[in-house]
Amino acid sequence: MEQKKLTAALFGNPNCGKTTLFNSLTGSRAYVGNWPGVTVEKRSGTYRFSKDSEMDIVDLPGIYSLSPYTPEEVVARNFIIDEHPDVVINVVDATNLERNLYMSTQVLEMDVPLVIALNMVDVLEKEGRKLDVKALEERLGVKVVLISALREKGLKELMEAARDAALSPRKGHSVLPEKEIYSKAEKAYEAAGLSSPFFHAVKALEKDELEAKANPLPYEEVQKLAQEDGSDLEAAIADERYAFIEKLCKEATKRKRQKESEKLSLSDKVDKVLTNRWAGIPIFIVLLFVIFHLVFSEDFLYLSYSGLIQGTFAEGTMWEGLFYADGAIMSPGVILANFVNCLTGGLSTLVSGWFTDPSLVPLQGFIVDGVLGGLFAVIGFIPQILFLFFFFSILEDSGYMARVAFIFDRVFRKFGLSGRAFLPMIMGFGCSVPAMINTRSLNTEKERIQTIRVIPFFSCMAKAPILAAVAGVLAADFGWAASDLVALLVYVAGIGVAIISIIAMHLTTMREKVPPFIMELPSYHLPQPRALAIHIYDKGKHFLKKAFTIIFLTTIAVWVLSHFRWDYTYLENNQIGESILADIGRLIQPLFTPLGFGYQLGTAWGWAFAVTAITGLIAKENVIMTMGYLGAAILGTAEFAGSDVEAVEAIVQAVSLSGGTITSGALFAFIMFNVLTIPCFAAVATAHAELPKGKMGWTILFWLLVSYVGGTAFFLMCDYPWTIAIVVLLLAGFFTFAYFYNKKKSLEEKMKGAD
Amino acid sequence: MLLDELKVGATASVIKTGGEGRVRRHLLDMGITPGAEIYLRKRAPFGDPIEITIRGYELSLRKDEAHCIEVEEKA
Repeated sequence: MEQKKLTAALFGNPNCGKTTLFNSLTGSRAYVGNWPGVTVEKRSGTYRFSKDSEMDIVDLPGIYSLSPYTPEEVVARNFIIDEHPDVVINVVDATNLERNLYMSTQVLEMDVPLVIALNMVDVLEKEGRKLDVKALEERLGVKVVLISALREKGLKELMEAARDAALSPRKGHSVLPEKEIYSKAEKAYEAAGLSSPFFHAVKALEKDELEAKANPLPYEEVQKLAQEDGSDLEAAIADERYAFIEKLCKEATKRKRQKESEKLSLSDKVDKVLTNRWAGIPIFIVLLFVIFHLVFSEDFLYLSYSGLIQGTFAEGTMWEGLFYADGAIMSPGVILANFVNCLTGGLSTLVSGWFTDPSLVPLQGFIVDGVLGGLFAVIGFIPQILFLFFFFSILEDSGYMARVAFIFDRVFRKFGLSGRAFLPMIMGFGCSVPAMINTRSLNTEKERIQTIRVIPFFSCMAKAPILAAVAGVLAADFGWAASDLVALLVYVAGIGVAIISIIAMHLTTMREKVPPFIMELPSYHLPQPRALAIHIYDKGKHFLKKAFTIIFLTTIAVWVLSHFRWDYTYLENNQIGESILADIGRLIQPLFTPLGFGYQLGTAWGWAFAVTAITGLIAKENVIMTMGYLGAAILGTAEFAGSDVEAVEAIVQAVSLSGGTITSGALFAFIMFNVLTIPCFAAVATAHAELPKGKMGWTILFWLLVSYVGGTAFFLMCDYPWTIAIVVLLLAGFFTFAYFYNKKKSLEEKMKGAD
Repeated sequence: MLLDELKVGATASVIKTGGEGRVRRHLLDMGITPGAEIYLRKRAPFGDPIEITIRGYELSLRKDEAHCIEVEEKA
């Protein structure tokens, strides 16, 4: 029997498990997090009943009500109204029944087949509660199925119910009491020939902005009715819905739960500590430090001063320094990175052994330095990056990140943003692209613009290799404290610049009242291994894909440009200074003089830093790839073990030996420049898509300006500490100016308002 | 009294949800309607925002928003 393929839309409150259900139904691996608003776009997949019978599933962003506040919520409402799915599966979190059913009562009013999926019933049973499905079905008038999306229970029953429902049309009905004003308003919409007239009528009575725009004629008519009525209909409608639900829940819940005060569950106890008024912020900072220490520290237990550990692990073999070196034990993250570096180093040595014939030297250079050197520089950092990402996923999945937004809201408000904006920023530590997309859940356009602009300052995973390698050099050769502290300092400095930028924008070009902060705090739960695995698998795949496509191509381009002169003659490794690449680098090198890595570095090797500013525009991994590659060329392939710290060290030494001056301040400024400047292609493209028209050019300019001025400030403050006073004074001066500018503008606006 | 005057650990029931426009709409949608029971769980560092339990879940809102909600404390 030929059948039209049916479409089911997953619809429900934020954080009720729609995406988990979507993943279970379709076998896909969409991103799941434990905070409201992770899904910001619709996405689709397919559910298979049997070999030749399937159904399309669309996962929509979660919304609390059919009166949307943010762009992503509009997506969900419009999908149901405009695209007419064959059936709506309303996912309801059974542990949070009252508020979840609030939206169900609104969907009921639409002329669309509906099935309610009561999710997380397993959690409910653990709490000793049971729901009477019959009572729910009777009162709501639609099929209700108990499921557990996580444990994949009840999915077949749900989909069969959805298929049955899809085959018979359903007329909307309402749980609101019968009132003259409702039926009059409904008639106005019926006369206009619209489907779901009652739904539209109620929205119009609530003075819904989208409704006013979509159907202006009946809307005006309903407004007249509302005016005649004169009562506060908006409050009355919400009240009536909740009154219905309260009654229904009382009937349908079989065992009432214990009183709030009587039980203090484990998660309540944990919460008491984590969000404590005094300890909350220090705990967050300590947590961040512990995570960075576990991932980046080369002196994990602080033993290097004790002399307890002697020498280096497996000296002289392929596994040199895997677990410990220079008297210090490595952190798990560094051991992971060392392991991969040992493997890739061994592989490089093996491959270069195949080209012993002198005539094959250029080919050896191309393959070992060019292709392998570049690829390994990126691959070497993947384990560390994934390890860091693993910890962030735990924080996020457990529900802690939403609390962090709660804790920091007061601080953020001082800067002009809501604590909600903190979530996409934290996501930025992983990758700017999803972080920028996630800003759709913010309330106002200006808040989105500001957040998107500062997201790159939250140093992403692709930038981690830069700071790990250069921080390693700062620690090893310039007497800076441990490299994990330097890495942490970079992160903190990036956040600091973000804060300063937000305050500056808020006082000048992005002036507005601070948006409200009404946010659900999800319940804590232990991170799910499956969700964690999905996060890490996705990240790993993303990096490998990037390594083998765009970075691979850049590697080849860099090799060609650095091994040929403008007249196309081939250059040996030690002649790289005469290459096309070197000339391009020298051309822009003077620009970086105020940042400490310009003309001071001399012409022999100083261009290496300038060149990475260009290759980094494509992808930030390219910065260290280019360095790794140039470092290998300096050291000679046989000696290069594949460590990026050594590569950067080699370049720094080459600069010093050839008469250039390179200071620790310049190296730090170099890291900060990369953190603050225009992000990679992918992030720029995303920003372009997410920003309102006409803001992209300014945003690029903003990134250039901040990275240039910021880099200069960091260079000066590191090398000439007395300039800290000047930088502070300049900042204070700027903010005083901005403050009065803001005051004056506000006053002008007030005057205008008074006229 | 208004919700922002409630003490941590106290329970109150909603009398009237004030405010205007989108903020009010949002508060109503989140279940802050007359008669609903609110338990003030805690205040964030610096005393703002607050976290309440309403209709069996946790919601955070600022003092400014809490200032729009009229409540009656329960003994």
